Amino acid sequence: MGLLSRKATCNTHGQDSSYFLGWQEYEKNPYNEVNNPNGIIQMGLAENQLCLDLLEPWLMKNPDALGLKRDGISIFKELALFQDYNGFPAFKRALADFMGEIRGNKVSFDPNHVVLTAGATSANETLMFCLADQGDAFLLPTPYYPGFDRDLRWRTGVEIVPIHCTSSNGFKVTLPAIEQAYRQAQKRKLRVKGVLITNPSNPLGTTMARDELDLLINFIEDRQIHLISDEIYSGTVFTSPSFVSVMEVLKDRNLDQTQVWERVHIVYSLSKDLGLPGFRVGAIYSNDPVVVSAATKMSSFGLVSSQTQYLLSAMLLDKKFTKEYMSENHKRLQKQQKDLVSGLEKAGIRCLDSNAGLFCWVDMRHLLKSNTFEAEMELWQKIIYHVKINISPGSSCHCIEPGWFRVCFANMSESTLKLAIQRLKSFVSSIGMKSQSHQELKSLRRKARNNWVFRLSLQSFYDREQDTTTKVSFSYRPHFMSLSNIAATLDAAA
Amino acid sequence: MVAISKIATGNGHGEDSPYFDGWKAYETNPFHPIDRPDGVIQMGLAENQLCFNFIKKWVMEHPEASLCSAEGVNKFKETALFQDYHGMPEFREAVAKFMGKVRGGRVKFDPDRIVMSGGATGAHEMVAFCLADPGEAFLVPTPYYPGFDRDLSWRTGVELVPVVCESSNNFKITRAALEAAYEKAKEANLRVKGLLITNPSNPLGTILDQDTLKGIVKFINEKNIHLIGDEIYAATVFMEPEFVSISEIIEEVECNRDLIHIVYSLSKDMGFPGFRVGIVYSYNDAVVSCARKMSSFGLVSSQTQHLIAKMLSDDDFVDRFIVESKEHLLKRHKYFTLSLSQVGIGSLKSNAGLFIWMDLRKLLKEKTFDAEMDLWRVIINEVKLNVSPGSSFHCDEPGWFRVCFANMDDNTMEVALLRITTFMHKHNEAMVPRKLCRRASLKLSLSRRRDDFMSPNMMSPHSPIPQSPLIRART
Repeated sequence: MGLLSRKATCNTHGQDSSYFLGWQEYEKNPYNEVNNPNGIIQMGLAENQLCLDLLEPWLMKNPDALGLKRDGISIFKELALFQDYNGFPAFKRALADFMGEIRGNKVSFDPNHVVLTAGATSANETLMFCLADQGDAFLLPTPYYPGFDRDLRWRTGVEIVPIHCTSSNGFKVTLPAIEQAYRQAQKRKLRVKGVLITNPSNPLGTTMARDELDLLINFIEDRQIHLISDEIYSGTVFTSPSFVSVMEVLKDRNLDQTQVWERVHIVYSLSKDLGLPGFRVGAIYSNDPVVVSAATKMSSFGLVSSQTQYLLSAMLLDKKFTKEYMSENHKRLQKQQKDLVSGLEKAGIRCLDSNAGLFCWVDMRHLLKSNTFEAEMELWQKIIYHVKINISPGSSCHCIEPGWFRVCFANMSESTLKLAIQRLKSFVSSIGMKSQSHQELKSLRRKARNNWVFRLSLQSFYDREQDTTTKVSFSYRPHFMSLSNIAATLDAAA
Repeated sequence: MVAISKIATGNGHGEDSPYFDGWKAYETNPFHPIDRPDGVIQMGLAENQLCFNFIKKWVMEHPEASLCSAEGVNKFKETALFQDYHGMPEFREAVAKFMGKVRGGRVKFDPDRIVMSGGATGAHEMVAFCLADPGEAFLVPTPYYPGFDRDLSWRTGVELVPVVCESSNNFKITRAALEAAYEKAKEANLRVKGLLITNPSNPLGTILDQDTLKGIVKFINEKNIHLIGDEIYAATVFMEPEFVSISEIIEEVECNRDLIHIVYSLSKDMGFPGFRVGIVYSYNDAVVSCARKMSSFGLVSSQTQHLIAKMLSDDDFVDRFIVESKEHLLKRHKYFTLSLSQVGIGSLKSNAGLFIWMDLRKLLKEKTFDAEMDLWRVIINEVKLNVSPGSSFHCDEPGWFRVCFANMDDNTMEVALLRITTFMHKHNEAMVPRKLCRRASLKLSLSRRRDDFMSPNMMSPHSPIPQSPLIRART
């Protein structure tokens, strides 16, 4: 019989996943412009490093915040002793206001419904402990953030059942897919407690459309289950369509103050929007007072340092600063994303059209030797060891189509990004795919000009999918379909 | 309707314990020397507030620790991005060094075995998750810190089986008591995975002697179960005998080191509960590895890691702090216990911690826990002190109370002592004609006390934030 717990000896922590192995390789040989220009460039880390220079002048102008002073007088003792799990009132107020601002003030957040946690990692785990018993399940659309396997399952004993999304419709969530996942859970004798979505999506970098959110709300209302919306990237939406939070949709449908209102919970953090992952600032927002109460007690296991609460309450209360910061943040993210997308395009590589996040969802299916995950791993290894770039393979995000990769762009300078793109370009031309795919892209654009043919072929494609619900309210994203699918539909229309 | 979880709706959080009722009373009427001189004085909160001036001075003189200097601003970016669950190397080194110094330099700690956690609260839960499966058990000597019921059991599903210690031998942890607990667990079909000791003890304020420690190490090795040593009060040992850590004992007796784990924190020794610096130190590589991954759920803010790294790597500051802290604690403890003995109140002889284990057995109407609760209600509502009843610590004998002394300034301590003295005088007077109603005399003493306390030289500045201990992470 084991000396340690089962949790200690299993691998539900997920660290054997390829997602983390890439990091390990990077650690052994990290790129540095000066010291190690041939090292591996880290594009597997979703960090926002583009705006930290903006924080410096603010810090200089507001020395009390870091200096643990109020009006020039030290409040060190007060902060050192402050361990109230209800959190710093000023900080929760500032955080609630900040969340409202990000949503264009179309919804407002009550500080008393905010529970502070040590990062979103802790927030997600805590919500699982609050909403589900061991052996229960949550449905998650794929592809999803690999960390969820650990955060939602490891110590809680909760299961994840995937809602499979595919490139056929830009990875949007559909009713058949949700229902299929629900049936799958039932087959496995798992009681479904809710759905967890990440909006904006990691790894897709897209925001959910209203119809998707409507679909989800209808589903959870119907099954009387919970909906968790991890909105950790809500402040990274850098271009249209603008971000629509599930809270906004509930409000617009006059569902606030109903039962379903109490079953929708939001997870937030300052790690991505403000680029402060080291400070461990996470939050749960719930309209259910029982959940708020239980989660607050559980937050004892991972409170936010009072020193950090104090610094950030001062920062977030400076609304002029946060407005400017977020605006500049969006500009820089948009530019960096554009640079990556156009750079990849020149290498014959397309990305899923995205408007948010710190990464792109890149289609390298045409570079695979075969349409298999083995081929995906082979390609990934080449990219790590020969191209010297760490990116995250879609399989680590539970994508069911091989060949997709998440590539981060916000954790590096412009010049490093250029270099990464250059390396990829060289790699692609070395395997001789570049010219072929470039030609195909040119021909695609020509054909796309003939709109009615295109629309007709797409319509027939979706008819095949028998997706009657989404056909009605489907907001067509005319940007992307895979090359093979386009070829097939154009053939059909011809 | 699909409800929320059993864990969330149950009461494993432990907050329905009478331990917290006293806090509620304090919350509604907290003492303040000027605004609420009749309010309840908080003596149920084990906080170390005696050394802040000394620490504050260091913080003011070292702005780089708060990232406030010119180069600090540059460091800010690096710090803000640092989320590596290994923790900053300089943080781990500084904490390892501090832990060694607190043990008089008699043992060295390896920075690579230091794992962060969300305070000691997070550390205990994390260790339970690593060592035990739901339904398995830990043995815990009584009386023990009430928070363990939540920290070790609530979300982990681990059971706690008490090792009953008695006042007849000063609550020593005997081999017999350990064996009895182990057997009891066996009878209840619980697989024992470990023994958790708090040394120095909360609530006793005593340290374990060498023989007891050696006996404990022998016991766990024989049963092949883990030993978790909560040494959160290690630096609060203000008097002989000297503190002996588990880390020292395992150098002297044969022991399977894979069974040995230490939980630590800066909340008590330094008085930093707000900074949430918890540490798990394990001699078992697999546990270090697993705990490190789990620490993602409660990492220490990098901003705080930086501050602590700078502070604790200042050898001069640390050496002086350890000495200063002991001096303040000794002084306060001596004064408090002497004053109490002068009115006939005894306490367990102690040399550590931020509290005393007060013996009020002779004030009980009868030797029952109901009588203990009655007495406690009198102490809260009439003497206006929040103290913690022994039953909330699972003490098997009624009449003991934990009373904290390090979380207040000198003047508040005076007020508290005056109230106790007054109460005891009345009690002693009432003891003679026993049939006299005690409550009437307490009411008289109340009005008298008000006049005593209105004198201006009793007042002192008080922290502007109302302390809300009901909602503490740890007491």
